[in-house]
Amino acid sequence: MQDATARFFANRIAVAALAVALGIVLLSIVGPWFNPNRPDTLDWLHVAARPGTPNAHWFGTDRLGRDLFVRTLEGTRVSLAVGLLASTVSVLIGVGYGAIAGYIGGRTDLIMMRIIEILSGLPLIFFVIFVTVIVGRSVYVLFACIGAVAWLTMARIVRGQTLSIRQQEFVEAAVACGATPSRIILRHVVPNLLGTVVVYATLSVPQIILLESFLSFLGLGIQVPSASLGSLVADGAGELQAAPWILLVPGSFLAVLLLCLNLCGDGLRDALDVREG
Amino acid sequence: MAAALVVENLSVRFTQRRVSVEAVRDVSLDVERGECLALVGESGSGKTQLFQAAMGLLPENASTRGRAMFDGVDLIGAEDAALNRVRGAKIAMIFQDPMTALTPQLRIGTQLAEVLVQHAGSSWRDAWAAAGRMLERMLIDEPQRRLRQYPHELSGGMRQRVVIGMGLMCGPSLLIADEPTASLDVTVQVQIMELLRTSRRELGMALILISHDLGVVAGSADRIAVMYAGRIVESGAAGEVLRRPLHPYTAELIRCIPHLKGPLPRRMATLTGQPPRPQEVHAACAFAPRCVRAEARCRAERPQLKAHDAGFAACHFPLQP
Amino acid sequence: MARLTAMVRYLMTRLAMAIPTLFVIVTITFFGMRAAPGGPFDQEQTLPPEILSNLQTAYGLGLPVWTQYLRYLDSVAHGDFGPSFKYKDFTVSELIVQGLPVTLTLGATAILVALVVGISIGVLAAVHQHSMLDHAAISLAVLGVAIPSFVVLPALALLFGIHLHWLPVAGWEPGQPKFLIMPVVALALPPLAYIARLTRGSMLEVLHSPFIRTARAKGLPLRTVIVRHALRPALVPVASFLGSAVAAIMTGSLVVESIAGLPGIGRYLVQGAVNRDYTLVLGMVIIYSALLIFMGLLIDIVYAWLDPRIRAS
Repeated sequence: MQDATARFFANRIAVAALAVALGIVLLSIVGPWFNPNRPDTLDWLHVAARPGTPNAHWFGTDRLGRDLFVRTLEGTRVSLAVGLLASTVSVLIGVGYGAIAGYIGGRTDLIMMRIIEILSGLPLIFFVIFVTVIVGRSVYVLFACIGAVAWLTMARIVRGQTLSIRQQEFVEAAVACGATPSRIILRHVVPNLLGTVVVYATLSVPQIILLESFLSFLGLGIQVPSASLGSLVADGAGELQAAPWILLVPGSFLAVLLLCLNLCGDGLRDALDVREG
Repeated sequence: MAAALVVENLSVRFTQRRVSVEAVRDVSLDVERGECLALVGESGSGKTQLFQAAMGLLPENASTRGRAMFDGVDLIGAEDAALNRVRGAKIAMIFQDPMTALTPQLRIGTQLAEVLVQHAGSSWRDAWAAAGRMLERMLIDEPQRRLRQYPHELSGGMRQRVVIGMGLMCGPSLLIADEPTASLDVTVQVQIMELLRTSRRELGMALILISHDLGVVAGSADRIAVMYAGRIVESGAAGEVLRRPLHPYTAELIRCIPHLKGPLPRRMATLTGQPPRPQEVHAACAFAPRCVRAEARCRAERPQLKAHDAGFAACHFPLQP
Repeated sequence: MARLTAMVRYLMTRLAMAIPTLFVIVTITFFGMRAAPGGPFDQEQTLPPEILSNLQTAYGLGLPVWTQYLRYLDSVAHGDFGPSFKYKDFTVSELIVQGLPVTLTLGATAILVALVVGISIGVLAAVHQHSMLDHAAISLAVLGVAIPSFVVLPALALLFGIHLHWLPVAGWEPGQPKFLIMPVVALALPPLAYIARLTRGSMLEVLHSPFIRTARAKGLPLRTVIVRHALRPALVPVASFLGSAVAAIMTGSLVVESIAGLPGIGRYLVQGAVNRDYTLVLGMVIIYSALLIFMGLLIDIVYAWLDPRIRAS
């Protein structure tokens, strides 16, 4: 564990990315305190204003006069929240599913993996569109759909790792001592999965944020008046010629956030020397 | 007789993350035209890296000093274009483990024919026909069918024959065989060695046999050279080296060859100790820690390769005067 | 010859399995949509009740669901996807015929660009490891994967369209490739980046294989070694990724078509979802599923070509 930490911090790019990502998170939480505007206040005097406009519109305003600084930070918070929440849920489900499938093996494993294969085959978007048409647009649909898909990769990887761990001797020894399957899974299999899980959990956060942005961009996710980075970018798309900053500000935040999270995840993967099974 | 390949003061150093290892230390060796030289040593002795350096096949983190003269050209540091004219055409090198030596997605015929197409400018049609004839010479049955097959459809022994055939396609003047029988069954080993001997006779080609197993190469070699810890410790005519070895290490290697005749020994002879790892640097004789004859001088001063009646040896207290 | 027949038989089996899959998808979509609360005309508040019920009868919405289902299956089998509930002047089939060529052109070009450029960059980076080119390629790979297409495309449009006036910002005229350049770039970038990264890693591994050492020992020039010996084994991971790449491009095309104003079927799909246009969404889902299945078969063929050992099994 110590040399993994050392290896990670020796990776300057990953460390820089981590710093920037943390900076953005911090900014999104603390930033609005420094700005008098609120995300839903409409400033009719400064509609689609450039960044730097008076009234503390540091990033300008959108076409309804809402301050972009505060709104972008709110969008960042929402996207981060969705990312972290959905990521956690998907990790829990994925690890559980994969560990059980990998440990029990045999036909149960086969069936469980078939299910994953079928689910993986459907592109998420069509699934979401489908559900949206039935149920209507709402945040819950968004969560449900992301949740339904995000755990798949984790489950597959965890299952692979579990299979190889199970065949190692110390597991045989534990079984010989009369340990129950659940105990073995919890005490022996899971701790050895830790490295892999941490890496893929970290990498799944930007993937989920990307997914959510995509859906919100298409109008299928987070709805007005709340904002996520995706919906903010969608708002800006229409004003590209006249007021490009409406898109560029949330767009840059999103791009930088995703980039840094990916770089961190890669750095973790190199440090923990995790390979796909 | 003129020499086919002359190696002069060759050293090979590998560098990884600021750690340097000398795998080959100041080796000088020559191979005469048409002769068979056996280069024997344990793993880590540098015997493979020596000739990989000559052929320009070392990875990027290797640096080579010294010369390897062939046909008046120094192969060390030569440009790729010059090296490619020699490799495969005038000097062929084959490696151990036939299971991984062939490209999986190309047919056998393609892998044989491309050597001629590249070096002799043949058409693919002519080269393919020549490949078929080569398979016959390699005693592979149904050559036309085999040509169209993929490596995974052949057994290990057959694949090694194909590999040897690939080396011989252009009639090189020197074939370097690195552990040609190491991954094969004993019965197949015998066949492969016989094949190499026959081919060499027919082509008048020089052959370098690299092996850790003195027993395998003893029957085929004209001269034997022994390597230890990156240096040559003995060399001489095969008969002399085998009957009257000069260096204690050579004697030990000979002792370890199982004998077919005579009473079964109660215990198999083995060498005590381990060969030194390439990272270790020696100011003195590298074999001293394992040598029963070692004395103070051996641990203080490195022995140089000196000429004796029958051959060369690097030992302060050789077995023969 | 035997190998070819085995291959064909395998493809036929896959095709045969695909039809029930399609069938299941259609059925689920159909009943799913019917199960949804509300119908396609709920948003038309201005219609008096009699006209509303006439419309419902005309579209067959008054009949029992099973009857509707069978009627639908029947018409689909004849290539008729029914009328669009929203775009009243058009049938779904007409909309598909209008939009499919655009989407196909966009998608096919994007995947080709992603493959050709991605693989080339990956190979070059691996061959010249640790050079400037290698570092640039790695950076591109990381950026390309992280930044979403709906940020890249507007950024490109801003630079090349609005500021430099080199390319049109949006819109479409048939037969004019300049409208496709930026959308294709934005769409291809994430898979391209990933393919470059995959190829680079895989090629590095392959270049250290024993059989590559054999090829070099035969005196073959580097270019021959790479193209004839190293390339196909190195591309196996890329073939594995191909399915995801196609799915990603299909998904991305929805966004790209919207932003760039390209009249493809993606736009209809999204609109159909928002408007609850049953037949339109159904038709689009069928088309997309069929495309995916077809791509799956193509990928299987590619796999077999790359590694003859797979052909045997």
